[in-house]
Amino acid sequence: MASTIRVRAIANGDTTEVQTLIQHPMDSGFVKDAQGQVIPARFIQQVTFEHKGKSVFVADWGPAVAKDPYVKFAFKGAAKGDELKIGWVDNKGASDSTTAKIQ
Amino acid sequence: MRVVVAFLSALVTAALAAGVIAQGAPASDAPDPAADARAFRDYFVKKFPKSKLEDFVNGPYSMNEDMRRQWQGKEEFPPYEFALEAGKEMFTKPFKNGKTYADCFENGGVGVRQNFPYFDARQGEVVTLELALNRCRSANGEEPLSYVKDDMASLTAYMAFTSRGKPFDIKMPDDPRARAAYENGKRYFYTRRGQLNFSCASCHVQSPGERLRAEILAPALGILNAMPIYRSEWAGMGTISRRFVTCNSQTRAIPEEPQSEDYRDLEYFLSYVSNGLPISGPGARP
Amino acid sequence: MRRMALVASLLVAAAMPARAASEADFKAAYAIAEAAEKEAGSLRNQWVTTEATLSAARKAAEKGDFDGAIASAKEAEALARASIFQATSEKERWKDAEIR
Repeated sequence: MASTIRVRAIANGDTTEVQTLIQHPMDSGFVKDAQGQVIPARFIQQVTFEHKGKSVFVADWGPAVAKDPYVKFAFKGAAKGDELKIGWVDNKGASDSTTAKIQ
Repeated sequence: MRVVVAFLSALVTAALAAGVIAQGAPASDAPDPAADARAFRDYFVKKFPKSKLEDFVNGPYSMNEDMRRQWQGKEEFPPYEFALEAGKEMFTKPFKNGKTYADCFENGGVGVRQNFPYFDARQGEVVTLELALNRCRSANGEEPLSYVKDDMASLTAYMAFTSRGKPFDIKMPDDPRARAAYENGKRYFYTRRGQLNFSCASCHVQSPGERLRAEILAPALGILNAMPIYRSEWAGMGTISRRFVTCNSQTRAIPEEPQSEDYRDLEYFLSYVSNGLPISGPGARP
Repeated sequence: MRRMALVASLLVAAAMPARAASEADFKAAYAIAEAAEKEAGSLRNQWVTTEATLSAARKAAEKGDFDGAIASAKEAEALARASIFQATSEKERWKDAEIR
């Protein structure tokens, strides 16, 4: 099955810029369907980006984050060719992770 | 009938040349789509002298620098990416009878989006891309797709993507029925409707670049070039049909059925006056 | 005691409106509103608000509130007529907005 995480990490000197698009419904638990039933909450609670075993970016999310979240950030201390590990866990316990090479 | 139209058209041209008809006089009864398109484009170019012509297809992003920066950042990882991939998969998957969408379109359906809609002389009606896709399905024993849901949006997203950069090339055949369809679309565009009494022009001709609540309004020139769009407001993709329907209900007008004659004629008009501007779809909007 | 009851009931009767709206009155008002909305439909120019008000009229009638139902029906008729006016006047007015 294809990963839900698309990532692009580009090194520019000492700074690496990371962009991620995660496929996830991010249901808030407040929305009702056409039959009037509440769509149960299903949202990512934590996203982690790791480089050489150290967390370089951790986000704690909640129902306010919209569907298919997009994250962009930059960090120092990585080089082209290094590996970046990305993982998320949602409130139902589901998770996904992927590894990307910094370009 | 055609002779009368041609005569009137010649009369008007002669009168114009003689300067008899002053600037701002009521439009002649003979439709002249080419002149319309020129005037349409000139209006927006004059209103936004700093915008490049091709940039109008980017809607609100051509009107607001801050929004443009945010959009450009996201375009490296666009939110329509999932729909695009789904669309490509759907497009290449054969029907139950073994045929594919490619069999229904010129060039296998690749790089043809800029030719839609076109006026079908045999049927005497405007054929849009969405309509053509569903007709292809029906012709091959498949159920038609909803015009306002994800599957149709994914398919049109893929087809638009294969035409990215190609200029709109809508044909206006020398056929009074085609001109009538164009005129009907134009009439629809400028007609006020709904309890809020807005026409399409109220927002997209009178007020592009201005705010409507939290949104920045797009100019009508090039407004279909980015379709279908991923709208953050919808948290999903939307087709041209979906947009027409929701715009109607937003002015508190009861929408017509998707792909109704009025809607197809409207799409014909809006696409024709944007001839020459590049297809930028699929797009992303707030 | 009975006289008190009689006086009380007379007082109550006097306090009621001269003639409460009947279901027949509602049906008549609703039919007029519906016909106007249908005419707006033939002009392809119905408003969401008209439909909502017609629906409110039906709901009030179902609950037995015929006064309220008739008020809604009359409002729906006015909305439908306004949408008909819009459609007829826009037939020519749209040209004023056209870019030339």
